[in-house]
Amino acid sequence: MLYDIEQIRKEFPILKQTVNGKPLVYLDNAATTQKPDQVINRMVAYYENENSNVHRGVHHLSQLATDAYESARKYIANYIHASDPKEIIFTRGTTESINLIANAFETFVNEGDEIVISSMEHHSNLVPWQQLCVRTGAGLIVIPVNEEGELDTDQFKSALNERTRIVALTHISNVLGTINPVKEITQLAHEMEIPVLIDGAQAMAHIPVDVQDIDCDFYTFSGHKAYAPMGIGALYGKSEWLEKLPPYQFGGEMIESVHFDATTFNDLPYKFEAGTPNVAGALGLEAAIRYIDKHGIENIRKYEDELLAFATSQLNLIEDLQIIGTAAQKTAVISFIVDGVHAYDIGTLLDKMGIAIRTGNHCAQPLVDSYGLTGTIRMSLAMYNTKKEIDIFIDALKKVLGMLR
Amino acid sequence: MTIQEQQKAIIEEFSIFDDWMDKYAYLIELGKELPMIDEKYKTNQYLITGCQSRVWLFAELDDEGKVVFTADSDAVITKGIVSLLIKVLSGHAPKEILDTDLEFLEKIGLKEHLSPTRANGLVSMVKQMQFYARAFQLKSNAKK
Ligand SMILES: Cc1ncc(COP(=O)(O)O)c(C=O)c1O
Repeated sequence: MLYDIEQIRKEFPILKQTVNGKPLVYLDNAATTQKPDQVINRMVAYYENENSNVHRGVHHLSQLATDAYESARKYIANYIHASDPKEIIFTRGTTESINLIANAFETFVNEGDEIVISSMEHHSNLVPWQQLCVRTGAGLIVIPVNEEGELDTDQFKSALNERTRIVALTHISNVLGTINPVKEITQLAHEMEIPVLIDGAQAMAHIPVDVQDIDCDFYTFSGHKAYAPMGIGALYGKSEWLEKLPPYQFGGEMIESVHFDATTFNDLPYKFEAGTPNVAGALGLEAAIRYIDKHGIENIRKYEDELLAFATSQLNLIEDLQIIGTAAQKTAVISFIVDGVHAYDIGTLLDKMGIAIRTGNHCAQPLVDSYGLTGTIRMSLAMYNTKKEIDIFIDALKKVLGMLR
Repeated sequence: MTIQEQQKAIIEEFSIFDDWMDKYAYLIELGKELPMIDEKYKTNQYLITGCQSRVWLFAELDDEGKVVFTADSDAVITKGIVSLLIKVLSGHAPKEILDTDLEFLEKIGLKEHLSPTRANGLVSMVKQMQFYARAFQLKSNAKK
């Protein structure tokens, strides 16, 4: 299939902007992606034609909104190969999805138990587990990464034991770009009957996601990192697990019947969706995934891989520049440092030239610390970036380094 | 020069730049003129924690009762701005420092660096300078 980059760029209205008089070059996609017309229009159409509260009304609009909301769930379930739509819980995003599981797991975690994560986790897949350990007296076991930014599966294996209650691991590192062997690690954990949560925040926009193939027990993602609106995301959980876990928040929608002395909870997925949900967001998320699917995630991946290889080779030509994260399996993200130049200075001057990148610790402070750094410069790609933008970025970077050195 | 005159001088100096690159190149140069903090004060006690670039700031009162600031930062643009702030505020009485409205950063088009969301520690830096001034003022009032 032809990858029509001109057409794709036209569909993202924000890309027409200029910043400081220069065309915007948006290379901060790991923080959040831009939204295509298809997503924006879907949300507008919802508020223009369908807005109503879901699952409650007997009236026409309520039925429309409920149908649309539930068919979004079904579409998303299908896309990530969940075995049933009820395994998809709509949440605010990755952070809320992980907090939901970390809170619900308090029932299963006792003093002396262990939770296993990796050292490349985003704070969102670290702090909720750390705090669960603080509340329960469990230990947080952290598997380190090697110099290239890869995990050692053998080390993972040896960290697992009969006290391990859950393994929580990112699918793709937002700092290093490493794609982790999540299927292999899930299998290792399952051999010891340990459940696995995969943080898919960085994966949805870049690689195919098949939760049955990975066989993970939980999978979490944020819409806004995959062309969908902010404030919507999902938690996938195997229904055996979700049935077992206690609710996370209480209120309307998640109940079956309420009396002053007792309440019975609703079935999946509603048990975990207390209160009025973000219906427009869910429809926007469906539209975003349809958009990805229309262009084909394999095509997007191939296109982004070419950009990544090009950007990597160009960056490697710059003197004293070191790429942090050189895993054999990586996508869309390049972190780097330049000897003797502060990341903040580079970011500030690149912004003056219309280029959006990110500097700092990227919400993964322990990882950045482990490289002995205080921060990196990170450029991250999306399906709408071009080779020409990378040229502009590289030229600007050279100019900036000329000023700073 | 009074604080006000100093601010005016800086605004004039910057008015010749119509290109951002020249302006930032000058800012980087200014960073090199920063009155350096004594190495022994480059500790966590004198560190102003912004999110990304770090700033160390020290202040003392000279014989004439003027506040003298010294500082350092690990980022050169931050250093340039700190250097400007010190140029304006250093060598003045605590009361003068506290009465000052720092308008020059806006006038020379660098206000964005003072936004609290910029995460470079400059907002806390200005607060810390004022805090030192207030502390010195209280001390000298107590003596009287
Ligand atoms: C790997 C990873 N996990 C979790 C998150 C948190 O996502 P959100 O802020 O959308 O909840 C991010 C976002 O930066 C991420 O990159």
